[in-house]
Amino acid sequence: MTAARNVYVGQEVERTEDFRFLTGRGTFVDDYEPAGLLHAAILRSPVAHGRIGKIDTATALNLSGVHAVLTAADIGEDIPTIPIRLAPIAGLERYLQPVIAHGKVRYVGEPVAVVVADSRAVAEDAAAEINLAIEPLGPISDWRTSEADKVLLFEQNGTNVAARYSVGFGDIDDIFTSAEYTRREFFRAHRHTAVPMETRGVVAEWDETAGRLIVNGATKVTFFNRRALAAMMQMPESAIDLIELDVGGGFGVRGEFYPEDFLIPFAARKIKRPIKWIEDRLEHLQAANHSREIDCDLEIACNRDGTILALRGHISADMGAYTRTNSGVVPAKAAQFLHGPYRIPAVRFGVSICMTSKTPVGTYRSPGRFEANFFRERLIDMAARDLRIDPIEFRRKNLISKAELPYSIGRLVPYETETAYDTGDYHAGLDKCLEAFGWDSKKKLQGRKIDGRYHGLGIACFVESGGAGPRENVRMTLDRDGLITIAIGSSVLGQGLETVFAQIAADALEFPFENFRVLHGSTTLLTEGFGTYHSRAVVMGGSAILDGAKNLQAAIQEAAALQFNCSAGDVKIQDGKASCPDSRSLNFTELAAAAGPISAEGTFANTKRTYTYGAHAAHVAIDARTGHVAVLDYMAVEDIGRAINPALVHGQSLGAVVQGLGGVFLDHLLYDANAQLLNASLADYLLPTATDFPNVRGVTMQLCLSPSNPLGAKGAGEGGMVAVAASTANAVAAALASLGVEPNELPLTPPRIWRLIQQAKLTVSPPTSSVE
Amino acid sequence: MKASRFEYFRPTRLEDAIALLVEHGSEAKAIAGGQSLVPMMAFRLAEPRFLVDIGRIPGLNGIATDHGVIRIGALVRWRDIERSPELQVAHPLLVEAVRHIAHYQIRSRGTVGGSLAHADPAAEMPGIAIACEAEIVVAGPRGQRAVPAIGLFVGALSTSLESDELIVEVRLPPWRDNRRWAFQEFSRRRGDFALAGVALFYDNGKDGQATDVHVGAIGVGDTPLRLTAVEAAIEGKVVTETIIRDASAAASESVHPADDIHASGDYRRALVGVLTERALARAAGLPLRGDI
Amino acid sequence: MTDLATVQLKVNGKAFEASVEPRTTLADCLRHDLKLTGTHIGCEHGVCGACTVIVDGAPVRSCLMFAVQADGADVTTVEGLSHGDALSPLQAAFRRHHALQCGFCTPGILTTTHVLLSEEPDADADRIREVLSGNICRCTGYIQIIEAVLDARAAYKQKTDTP
Repeated sequence: MTAARNVYVGQEVERTEDFRFLTGRGTFVDDYEPAGLLHAAILRSPVAHGRIGKIDTATALNLSGVHAVLTAADIGEDIPTIPIRLAPIAGLERYLQPVIAHGKVRYVGEPVAVVVADSRAVAEDAAAEINLAIEPLGPISDWRTSEADKVLLFEQNGTNVAARYSVGFGDIDDIFTSAEYTRREFFRAHRHTAVPMETRGVVAEWDETAGRLIVNGATKVTFFNRRALAAMMQMPESAIDLIELDVGGGFGVRGEFYPEDFLIPFAARKIKRPIKWIEDRLEHLQAANHSREIDCDLEIACNRDGTILALRGHISADMGAYTRTNSGVVPAKAAQFLHGPYRIPAVRFGVSICMTSKTPVGTYRSPGRFEANFFRERLIDMAARDLRIDPIEFRRKNLISKAELPYSIGRLVPYETETAYDTGDYHAGLDKCLEAFGWDSKKKLQGRKIDGRYHGLGIACFVESGGAGPRENVRMTLDRDGLITIAIGSSVLGQGLETVFAQIAADALEFPFENFRVLHGSTTLLTEGFGTYHSRAVVMGGSAILDGAKNLQAAIQEAAALQFNCSAGDVKIQDGKASCPDSRSLNFTELAAAAGPISAEGTFANTKRTYTYGAHAAHVAIDARTGHVAVLDYMAVEDIGRAINPALVHGQSLGAVVQGLGGVFLDHLLYDANAQLLNASLADYLLPTATDFPNVRGVTMQLCLSPSNPLGAKGAGEGGMVAVAASTANAVAAALASLGVEPNELPLTPPRIWRLIQQAKLTVSPPTSSVE
Repeated sequence: MKASRFEYFRPTRLEDAIALLVEHGSEAKAIAGGQSLVPMMAFRLAEPRFLVDIGRIPGLNGIATDHGVIRIGALVRWRDIERSPELQVAHPLLVEAVRHIAHYQIRSRGTVGGSLAHADPAAEMPGIAIACEAEIVVAGPRGQRAVPAIGLFVGALSTSLESDELIVEVRLPPWRDNRRWAFQEFSRRRGDFALAGVALFYDNGKDGQATDVHVGAIGVGDTPLRLTAVEAAIEGKVVTETIIRDASAAASESVHPADDIHASGDYRRALVGVLTERALARAAGLPLRGDI
Repeated sequence: MTDLATVQLKVNGKAFEASVEPRTTLADCLRHDLKLTGTHIGCEHGVCGACTVIVDGAPVRSCLMFAVQADGADVTTVEGLSHGDALSPLQAAFRRHHALQCGFCTPGILTTTHVLLSEEPDADADRIREVLSGNICRCTGYIQIIEAVLDARAAYKQKTDTP
């Protein structure tokens, strides 16, 4: 059933969640304080790689107010490891993270001990009194050192390379041998991460009598996390509740299973008191997933007329010390999305997944895509320039046409089947971006120096997947108060999904939006849920609501039929009223009061991905003397199929662009040769602020619906991120073309741009392309 | 992180504050606005056992002009300076520099004395003190003394203050009318510590030549620096494009900043030259040049 | 155990007294002792601005102030910006412009811009951005926040017009 009438869907409905957030009445995990609460602090390894000697906790335990100090020895013989949730690439399972360090530490920030005390401050006092002896082993600070295997993170594995594989299709070598034009370049994306404003947190409550565990502060994939936790705690899943409270942003990082998601519940059960652990910002930067650190050696083969013939390359990923729940997504999707929205007869991509003694890697908004897009779109601009073809014409020539869709890109991911881009008009996406950006009127600025600043325009096209299956579930209940409660397996991390889900349901049931309340994420709501990641909440959860609404309507008809003594088929539902042919009617409140709560379930299953697409354009001006890049204009265009609430989608788009610009110019997790993180504070890890990128625009297209779900939605939230590095780096290269500067390594900081310019002034870059 | 434990005192008389500092020696720390100290305590990089809150000692938060000398109490907050119509006229360079300090909320709390005592080499107020030849009035158990700014800053986050001494006032020499001046800094984001910054001023001689040239720089050494070679390149001359170029080169040549996580030393050297050039052009009312 | 200090505060018009360790920040005191959890802690080292509250009329990072330093002060938190169930014009503008997503940074942004517009009801976009550069938001990219604050100026101008 599709939405019967679009009274709410497609409208910029103001968010229901805003009232509590604007008045300070939200409930984030640190706002929750059950009686008898104790507080935990975690002692983390100060050494990147080393062998743990004695851990002397006597002084810490003697401090007044300290209840316990737990180390690996207290967990038991077998220390549980965190399972892989996504991207089960063969080999990665040998590098799982134990929930607490034992024997060795492998990154700065790895948990070594948990202190439980009356207050967080006292817990920190005690943590500082733990005497931790670590014999340093060699640090592994990058993938090259990792590959050399001189120092091993896991001796038993005999190598630091967790996996190597190759994917592709076509006669790649023949094409490269005979191609009229080839160019090979080396690119580098740098380590950075999401840094949501709310750090992670857990409040675990143990009920000794009932043998039940409640874990507050869960999100994203609560049902998976409960399964993982139950196995580790050796408890039945049914005895554990994971509760989702308000969540202060996720962007991929938050909600995955982390060591603390075991350690705090474990401590609560052991001490038999509720325990709160709130990650501080220093811990967050050391302990929550890092992302994006990928190098790429990429080569393109074209005809002289710019027709792409083949693309080949190698991805080398620095994965940090352990493979966590979704680490493999980052390199695997980087390789897959090197293909992009273009018609390419042959591709071949190698992937090396290298373990280093740094914080483990996981997904961050548009994982792998942001990186791959940067690599490919930079190379395309270079090829276009070599061949003296306008970069836009070059792209137009090679974009997959509307008629060619669906378009198979084969099996570029080892753990997935063959996939095909679904629907779209990639040329329309590019054209819309150029038009909205005003490319033609700005074109005259390309490469010009005005008032001492070099101006450049850059463009990048993208395709982006979303809507991961397999399923989502919902229960919808007409309660006695006349309101309909939607209990859904999707999680909410701040996007406004309470509003969006109510909009979908309101149209489906033709019942006012205000009469819905949305409960989400917690494992207490349903028997099975799949959560929110990979831009799937609206695609999967929204579609499940349509099914639930259809079933609830039927259930209401049946309940009303009993009241009216007529057949269910004769009951009409309209405007919140059930009526029978003799014109007797009951509104929903009356019906629920008479019949009791009426409930129905809904589900939506789908294994096909959705593919959004679009283009980004950037206009930059560079102060060559300081290396500062000002983003004078930015346009992000994405076709997301259907926008349930355009204002919210627009907000996702703008927010993602600015996050992406941070990733290009500011955010950078800096390590030294000893694999020490050098900037674990928000004073030194630079996030975009209100003055950095004021000129950002976005256009959401609703051109080509997804065929995979009844809403036609393709998912939103990541397309604003995917092409930011590519478009801005292309703009920087275009601005500095007269100097021959090629920014192929991120981030584009003022010192780096300045250095590139100094180098360009000193040297003539050697030719890396060949035109036969 | 939470700060380590400390004992807290809030004396209401200067002599009581000093007595507490004498009593507790190096284990005590004075706090005023706390905008530099509290972050360090939050990382447990600073763990004073005794905290002496001087924030409510009367008489330390005045702004006054005394025979042209601008006297600013140690407890004056950035917000007070930004909002002072008197200082806008009496010392526009100071007001402009203060606008670059950190953020709105920090400027509500941060104090002049605190910034000088913290002695961050990239901070604006120490740079202004150096450029303007300020005197810092210090009170201790042996009474008060006036320390020239150049004698206050001895290293990064390090001053010549004794552990039982407190800054009570900063005195800026009279600001002459029609003075030419500029403040330029470059930071990664608005409000971040400067990668480099330049404060300069001079008076116009009767034939248009620059006299009494003062140039200070921040972020390019262990302390804020007075760039005397730059001053020499300008002193007595009419500021032209050639002079600006000479001054810029002199600025880069006279600093030797170290590499750190934010920038290489080479970058900062180049940057201080660019900022000197831009500041001087702005002071002289010449068009800004952006050329390589 | 360190002695506890007694702190008297007027918060959102109400008098409170709390016994805290001297090392307790104003943010922790508000959240844990006074149970005013609308003030959020995003970094605890004075950078993110989420914990901004208004102390004696000035916007202050409550993680960079010990509660004992605020003894006797008049404090306004996000809970004090509206009365009952009615949103203030500033809050309503945030809702209208979709100027918040996860809502975690929002309290600090509201308190900061409330002071700004109370003092400078004519603040332009550049000034608003400059002032908000001390408040980090990861969701919105700030665009809609600036639009909301610009829109809310009208209400503050009226306030200054009518004494």
